[in-house]
Amino acid sequence: MIHYIFRRTLIAIPTLLVISFIIFAILDLAPNDPTGNLPMTVPPEVRAKIRSSLGLDEPMHIRFGLWLVQFCVNEPLNLLHEGFGISIGDAENRTRILSWATRSPVVDLIIQRTPQTLWVVGLSYLFGILIAIPIGIVSAYRQYSWFDQVGTFISMVGFSVPTFFTGMVAIIIFSVQLRWFPMIYDTTLVVDSWQNFVSQVKQMIMPVAVLALYNASQLSRFMRASILDNLNLDYVRTARAKGRSERAVLLIHVLRNSLIPVVTLIALGIPTIFSGAIITEQIFRVNGLGQLLIIAIEGADIPLVQTLTFIFAVLIVFFNLIADVVYGILDPRIRYD
Amino acid sequence: MTENTQSTEIAGDERFPEEELETLTQHRSLWGDVWRQFRKHKGAMAGVIVFIFITLAVSLGPLIQGIEPSAINFSERNFGPTLAHPLGTDNIGHDTLAQMLAGGQVSLAVGFSAMLIALLLGTLIGVLAGFIKSLDGPLMRLTDLFLALPILPLLLVIILLFRDTLRTLYGPEAGIFMLIVFVIGITSWMHTARIVRSDVLGIKEREFVIAAHSIGTRKRRIIFRHILPNILSPIMVSATLGIANAIITESALSFLGLGFPPDFPTWGRLLYDGANFIQITPARVIWPGLFIALTVLSVNYIGDGLRDALDPRLRGR
Repeated sequence: MIHYIFRRTLIAIPTLLVISFIIFAILDLAPNDPTGNLPMTVPPEVRAKIRSSLGLDEPMHIRFGLWLVQFCVNEPLNLLHEGFGISIGDAENRTRILSWATRSPVVDLIIQRTPQTLWVVGLSYLFGILIAIPIGIVSAYRQYSWFDQVGTFISMVGFSVPTFFTGMVAIIIFSVQLRWFPMIYDTTLVVDSWQNFVSQVKQMIMPVAVLALYNASQLSRFMRASILDNLNLDYVRTARAKGRSERAVLLIHVLRNSLIPVVTLIALGIPTIFSGAIITEQIFRVNGLGQLLIIAIEGADIPLVQTLTFIFAVLIVFFNLIADVVYGILDPRIRYD
Repeated sequence: MTENTQSTEIAGDERFPEEELETLTQHRSLWGDVWRQFRKHKGAMAGVIVFIFITLAVSLGPLIQGIEPSAINFSERNFGPTLAHPLGTDNIGHDTLAQMLAGGQVSLAVGFSAMLIALLLGTLIGVLAGFIKSLDGPLMRLTDLFLALPILPLLLVIILLFRDTLRTLYGPEAGIFMLIVFVIGITSWMHTARIVRSDVLGIKEREFVIAAHSIGTRKRRIIFRHILPNILSPIMVSATLGIANAIITESALSFLGLGFPPDFPTWGRLLYDGANFIQITPARVIWPGLFIALTVLSVNYIGDGLRDALDPRLRGR
């Protein structure tokens, strides 16, 4: 197993290098000028100076190499220095990836925005899982019952209807008509009293509910299929023949076996928490990572876009690895060596 | 990654018919059987009806209604539904129905064309990887690489960075259309390729292919004559899913303000523009959203029905 994890990590590194290069090349090939937004009165010499101060007159492979060093070496070392007070090397004069728009380190911006995303989108993923598993179990156990029919229909609707529509409908009903919840997510709210806690919960209900519904509809269908695959197997008949109660057969024998693929699917879906946040955060005006990316793209803030997109890619590769490893741990029939 | 993610795709598992011969002896054609089974799926039939209705409405509607979607009328702003404007008007007096119909044409066209690109690319890569052993490894690594790309951020970046160039090359509308169709197509072929590859791997070891080999049939002919017809059903199912995916992606891009330009309506763009007026005219959000949802839902149901109808283990039950 450890051998396998080691080998997979070794494969992941070149994959990530290629991906980071693809992202870098796309951003670099594009006709784009960071001084394009400056007033017309700025003379060309000054523009050239600005460009060289951003490091743009270096050849592409040098800029890519420098970015890679900054992302993979300097930024982690800096996090160590600021987070735990461990300094390795020259901690004060280390070059960091700077945003063109705000001139502050990109990683600091990302750290500022992460909690909002994790709270809203992460919670919705969690709720989605909690809703999906019982629904999947019941619909599979009572296949073709009215519960199953309704559940299948709702989950079909749930994953066909895009979140930017359900979110908008929720805003029209609950914010505009009923005035129960606020339309815009207020991130400056500090939870220090009961009243603030209530308003925090209020502003989180809509985004979390909309996304949770979407996640649950996909997972519950998968859960149902997985249980159905297991229900007719021999070990279930054996368990029944031993005289175990239906409850024990379903919840102990079948559930544990059917959860194996579902758990890997859940792990594979975790990166979508971050990229899916792009749309949800735009609907409810949450200023999380997704909104940071949109702002960076609109402002042509290349270092920020490059770093954020690469972080998304790292998450995808990492959770793919986790999913495979978890699959191997949960299912003793899978042998990698 | 490959082995496990494939086995976790139980929900999308389509094995292709093998027992067609039996049905042939009873003088029933394969497609007749498929159609008979398809008709039993109520959701799929409803999906077909809704989808045909939307396609007809979108293509013939503008001729019947006769209002220019770009006509501005400042004296009729933010109207509710009236006889002249069945779905009301927006903040500068555009007729919402005319805009919806024009937007639907674009959204459906994007869905179809992007699906076609993804399908061609996916089938090509899947067949090559399955049929030619030396290409299997590299092509599958390429597929894994594409699956690991963060698609939505990359789409946004590509569109933002290249839209001005294409706009000057091919004009504002055609340029953006080509760009969006191309980037959606090129980032959504991976699942088709994997399914096609695994099916080709199974079929190429079957007796009829070996027999074709032994009588000296050329490789290209084996692929077109013997292999492609046998993997048609997973390709059809992924075509329906591809349309749904492309329509959702296009409207998501437009919703983020990075799709089509404002004077060029698509359903996603209308939804995005309407979102700012949600308190005055909520209908401007409801209609485009409803039509995106209906189209995607009907296409998904058609895909579901096709999957069942093309699966010989389910057929005839």
